[in-house]
Amino acid sequence: MLEARKLSRLTLGPVDLSLEAGEVVALRGASGSGKTLLMRALADLDPCRGDVLLDDVERRAFFAPDWRKAVAWVPAEAGWWSDTVIEHFTDWQVALPLIEELGLSPDCGGWQVSRASTGERQRLALVRAISQQPKVLLLDEPTSGLDRQSVAQVETLIARLAGAGASVLWTTHDEDQAARVASRALLIENGKLAAAA
Amino acid sequence: MNYVQLEYTDLALASLLVLANAGLSLVLNLGLARRMLLATLRMVVQLSLVGLVLKSLFAVASPWLTGLVAVTMILFAGREIMARQERRFDGLWSYSLGTGSMLFAASLVTIFALTGPVRPDPWFDPRYALPLLGMILGNTMTGISLGLHTLTTGLVRDRAGVEAQLALGHSRNEAFRPIVQAALTSALMPIVNSMAATGLVSLPGMMTGQILAGVDPAEAVKYQILIMFLIAGGTSLGAVVAVLGGAWRLSDQRHRLRLDRLK
Repeated sequence: MLEARKLSRLTLGPVDLSLEAGEVVALRGASGSGKTLLMRALADLDPCRGDVLLDDVERRAFFAPDWRKAVAWVPAEAGWWSDTVIEHFTDWQVALPLIEELGLSPDCGGWQVSRASTGERQRLALVRAISQQPKVLLLDEPTSGLDRQSVAQVETLIARLAGAGASVLWTTHDEDQAARVASRALLIENGKLAAAA
Repeated sequence: MNYVQLEYTDLALASLLVLANAGLSLVLNLGLARRMLLATLRMVVQLSLVGLVLKSLFAVASPWLTGLVAVTMILFAGREIMARQERRFDGLWSYSLGTGSMLFAASLVTIFALTGPVRPDPWFDPRYALPLLGMILGNTMTGISLGLHTLTTGLVRDRAGVEAQLALGHSRNEAFRPIVQAALTSALMPIVNSMAATGLVSLPGMMTGQILAGVDPAEAVKYQILIMFLIAGGTSLGAVVAVLGGAWRLSDQRHRLRLDRLK
């Protein structure tokens, strides 16, 4: 599904990476090891060298915004650009069932973003990306600020999406979580990728 | 024309106000006296030189010399725009974006004024061309530097929000729109405010000057209205070119935010 060849930027790479359809891969590594750099490079948010392909089609052939709709990056700390929650969603009706699935209130659309808690914002950002039906999900610590129940809800949702064919690259510091959600794990050290033991 | 000619002794008399100010600063220990006297001295020397330069330019009325002075004025204004930026563009862009936008806007509007509504003979007559350019330039410069300042600081401050939109597949135009709008608003605010307040709160300098020189106030007002139109046109044209050019420079073909192109 997603394939990167000799991807490099600054301290990152060269990285070769391949994600199959329906596969969840855990990405582990110390802070500053290049996890975020790698995800940004895959989402085409920074200029970098190397090739990235989606379903055997070169990234260059995509209109950049279309690429990012298909290869969605959800950063650890999501950005917001309007006052209320609903303004950040292209289709609220599509998002609503996902919002309820993650245990958020169905009337959170009218909330001020600044009023939502860290954990609420984290889940909203996840739904915002997922509701555009990406083929590949790049999740940067998607459950770091969540309580146990919300973590389980997020894990269930992602497993369901993977079951439906989405590829997921999931950054986590939690080895137990990596073992739970992913079929294999990668380790990134000083920008170089290796299969985790 | 009948107007009260000023003697040097009259200026000396008025300079007592600045001296009194400096004295006050010394008494209150504000530490401003030196700077104030220096600025005063610069003002007197610069204006006297400009007076001499203008006098000889008007006498010669050469298109080349007038053009040269105009370009020099624009280059100085460009330096001023760059110096006022908290975050500058990298490389040649830091100077050329502001200067280029101003060169384009100010020269277009000045030439339009000279060949359209004012029509002196010859059209480049420095007695008209240089004061018109000066007034347009001063305001366009403020507009462009405010616009670029709001654009660059806004993109740096709202980086997470802009990148969130890009990551969700919004185009750079969509993602930059609120900040570009804010930048253009702040660029045009001074001229909009001054048009709204003029006549009620303030009497513009040029109109006052003409009235002092004996021109019928109704005629002076006509000139002032013309100047306001020119300033509004020059400022919006220059600000649009500079802000859109800056937004273009801070993004790329792949719709990425390129803050690495700021120093």
